[in-house]
Amino acid sequence: MEEGYLYYPGCTLKTKASDYEESAMAVMEALGKPLVEMDDWYCCGAVQSLTEDDIMHQIAPIRTMCCAQEQGEKEVVTLCDMCYNVLKQANERMKEKPDDLETMNEFLTEDPDYLGEVDVHHIFEILRDMKDEIKKKVKKPITDLKIAPYYGCMLLRPDHVAIDDTEDPHIMEGLLEAIGAEVIHNPKRTECCGSYHTVNRSDIVEKRVEDIVSRAVKDGADAIALSCPLCQFNLDFHQRNTEYDIPVFYLTELIALAMGIEVGMEKHKIDPKSLLKDKKILE
Amino acid sequence: MSEDEENREMIEIFVMGKRYKVPKGLTIMTALEYAGYKYVRGCGCRGGFCGACATIYRTEDEYKFKMDLACQTAVQDGMFLVQLPFVPAVREDFDIEEVDPKENDNVMLDYYSEIARCVSCNTCTKACPQDIEAMDYVQAALRGDVERCADLSFDCIQCGLCSIRCPADIKHYHLAQLARRITGRYIHEHSDELEKRVQEIKNGEYDDKMKEMVEMEMEELKKLYEERDIREEG
Repeated sequence: MEEGYLYYPGCTLKTKASDYEESAMAVMEALGKPLVEMDDWYCCGAVQSLTEDDIMHQIAPIRTMCCAQEQGEKEVVTLCDMCYNVLKQANERMKEKPDDLETMNEFLTEDPDYLGEVDVHHIFEILRDMKDEIKKKVKKPITDLKIAPYYGCMLLRPDHVAIDDTEDPHIMEGLLEAIGAEVIHNPKRTECCGSYHTVNRSDIVEKRVEDIVSRAVKDGADAIALSCPLCQFNLDFHQRNTEYDIPVFYLTELIALAMGIEVGMEKHKIDPKSLLKDKKILE
Repeated sequence: MSEDEENREMIEIFVMGKRYKVPKGLTIMTALEYAGYKYVRGCGCRGGFCGACATIYRTEDEYKFKMDLACQTAVQDGMFLVQLPFVPAVREDFDIEEVDPKENDNVMLDYYSEIARCVSCNTCTKACPQDIEAMDYVQAALRGDVERCADLSFDCIQCGLCSIRCPADIKHYHLAQLARRITGRYIHEHSDELEKRVQEIKNGEYDDKMKEMVEMEMEELKKLYEERDIREEG
């Protein structure tokens, strides 16, 4: 897409994670490469099915690939880590296993055959490649803010869909440096937040969150930056039973702030605005 | 051979596995009546509007099931069919004052959480005799777009075939009705005209005209209907 990127939102970006969508769209607009929402798209299914013969659960992501193909595009960009992981894995499977692609196309009779030529990207990959442009657009570097990046699972595992080194990723560190933040290295940054256990085993999630946040705070972090809406919810909401209350930002919110773009940050549980006011980033 | 069978081209159909010879050109509904079945349930308007006569069938050379309304579909030679007079899908109770989508961006999920199981197989859409994009309205509900769910499902006649076919046990037609109720209550603009007209009716301003029409001859009534002017006043 010449004028920007074809954008797959996913359901959560339209509801619970609207702060993420708003900030990411504003940042990309300011960088001259706007995110353009697909004409049609379908829920990715949120969890990648690992069962070998379970083609049924690959239909939704591939139907979305068909929509991109129908629009004449070869690239789709996602913001949500879950969506990224599911779309990427399903899509790679179709590219690598022609038999599965054939089975899929036999079933998707209402659409033209999927040719397996679309690529899925996470927004962080796009931003990484535009780091110089971001630097140029920074109006208010957030130099006083100490940020611990958090990657979680879905951007880095399994290895063949990872956007960075699975053990020692730097993509977020690079972006945080570009906007002037002080990066706090957190060795827990690739550990799981507890994910969907939040539904019925919040004890598991609380333990994970305490572990991750306590380490970040001990090393001096004022806040955490990430991109997964589920990690954001867990790290944000489940600090309530811990001694900590540091804001959990979508990285794009911080980039937007550094570029001088106003963002809502309406759905955070731990209010990020008082920290930003303390650090004179917000008035 | 009856006089009917001599004069008309007959075809063979199978109703719940039993063979019947019926005249070509009948709808499934009239063919069943021709074969001696009497509708007690599963038959309503006979005009494709009420959704009561859902039917599932297969044709001889096809392995896939097809779905339609019995009153709208002509019988074909070698058709295997059965009527589905009622679909016992769960409909969730809701208080219309407590489903404001501005207060709760996942209100549809709260009442029909099974929509999160949608795998986008599109079987519901293929089953729909009204050609409604059923999968697309479920997807709209899933992302909190109540208005799109209501718009896409507007022509739903609630026959329930979508839900019978769904591998995720989604109750499409009840979900869609909730979306339309929410849209009417919270999203569409309030209509002053409607309120005014309801009040006029309550005041008895149309009682005389109604009485006049009730007493009219059928031909006269038809003429009145055909010549009516529905353009906006002023």
